[in-house]
Amino acid sequence: MIVIQDIHKSFGDKLVLNGISAQFEAGKTSLIIGTSGSGKTVLMKSMIGLFEIDQGAVLYDGVNFSEMNFYERKNIRTKVGMLFQGSALFDSLTVEENIRFPLDMFTDMTNKEKKDRVDFCLDRVNMKGINKLFPSEISGGMQKRVGIARAIVQNPQYLFCDEPNSGLDPQTSILIDTLIKEITTEYNITTIINTHDMNSVMEIGDYILYLHQGHKHWEGSNVDIIKSDNRELNDFIFASSFLKEIKKAAQKKS
Amino acid sequence: MLLASLFKKPDKVLLYWKETSRQMLEIGIGSLTLVSIISCFIGAVTTVQTAYQLVSPLIPKSTIGMVVRDSSILELAPTITCIVLAGKIGSNIASELGTMRISEQIDALEIMGVNTASYLIGPKIIASMLMIPLLVIIATFLSIYGGMVAGDLSGVVPAETYRMGLQEDFIPFTVILCLVKAVTFAFIITSVSAYHGFNVNGGALEVGKASTRSVVYCCILILFADYILAELLL
Repeated sequence: MIVIQDIHKSFGDKLVLNGISAQFEAGKTSLIIGTSGSGKTVLMKSMIGLFEIDQGAVLYDGVNFSEMNFYERKNIRTKVGMLFQGSALFDSLTVEENIRFPLDMFTDMTNKEKKDRVDFCLDRVNMKGINKLFPSEISGGMQKRVGIARAIVQNPQYLFCDEPNSGLDPQTSILIDTLIKEITTEYNITTIINTHDMNSVMEIGDYILYLHQGHKHWEGSNVDIIKSDNRELNDFIFASSFLKEIKKAAQKKS
Repeated sequence: MLLASLFKKPDKVLLYWKETSRQMLEIGIGSLTLVSIISCFIGAVTTVQTAYQLVSPLIPKSTIGMVVRDSSILELAPTITCIVLAGKIGSNIASELGTMRISEQIDALEIMGVNTASYLIGPKIIASMLMIPLLVIIATFLSIYGGMVAGDLSGVVPAETYRMGLQEDFIPFTVILCLVKAVTFAFIITSVSAYHGFNVNGGALEVGKASTRSVVYCCILILFADYILAELLL
């Protein structure tokens, strides 16, 4: 479980996060949503330590991550997997070498064990047989799946996904969402997803944190969203008239 | 701060060594052709131009060999080679690290717990400080040899006379100065360009700017260090 308490972060005079507190539970997919510039990415990067917070605390299973030094954080980071918006696969390495990299760097596994683990992870994301290809030789959706395989290769307890569906077609987006949801439940991972994708919100949002201008504006589940009368949230989620109709229909039904 | 983080204990020495070997190949073998061509022509041009200026019949033709030897060892091979390498290796390092930064590959390494400065920059600095002096030694020999061939072919100085000149008044310390320069310039090229690449913010445009900036700073710093070393050691 990850708990954030009263997070403040500013860049120069600009306050980007203003007192955000939330609780992300293990085995559930938690989504951070909000308009562009609302502070989603800054919040996620602050939680992982890519940005240092000005005030507040980030607790990984009760351990205060924000007060740790580089070496102490390293212990936590070996339990963290992250899927980046652009996949962030290493261009000079093959798919297999990319997934294997954390194992090479941090474990004493034999080559056989590493190979088996890589094959298992690739199989888990339905990407068997592409070991020797380079990231530039596979599609965006495949890169995302390889990114997930790399993120889970060390059996992480915490999984962060920064806009996993951006740039993907709806069908592949659903595949990625389903995969993340399955992995989260299967390995009891604390998963936090930063997204704009409303389909993801409705499909896999066990817990949703809505940010608006650096504030926590709303929190709840995907079921609660339908019932919510929060104006900013509704404007954001049900932006198109088509989605507004869907909400009306769902409300009538309930 | 960036340099200080290079000296933190590596996680897996073998992985760092592999990366250093890869960089050694890329920097050393990858630059060999360019360095060889440039050095041969530098030696050739120096021979022809020295011969053009030595108009007095009182100065023996063998002096040309001596002048080309000393110019190559002291200045032409280390400085010109490293300025060329600043363009080739420096821009390559800056754009590689810059692209890794903007495509979040460096963030990915950091999240894994890798000391990114140490893993990405350390091997490059070690590899260049080992390979660039070797390239400079090769450049020195090729420059002197290129001068001999050009002198002989153009008829300005016969090869035998040129060789005699090479053996006149040789001061072995000049070779040490040449190597000191090569190691210093190698450090400048990799550290300056790595700094610019590693700290890129923004997109492709900034990567290009960082690459250009790193080459400009490297060239200026190389010439500045060249002067300081000459003042201190000669």
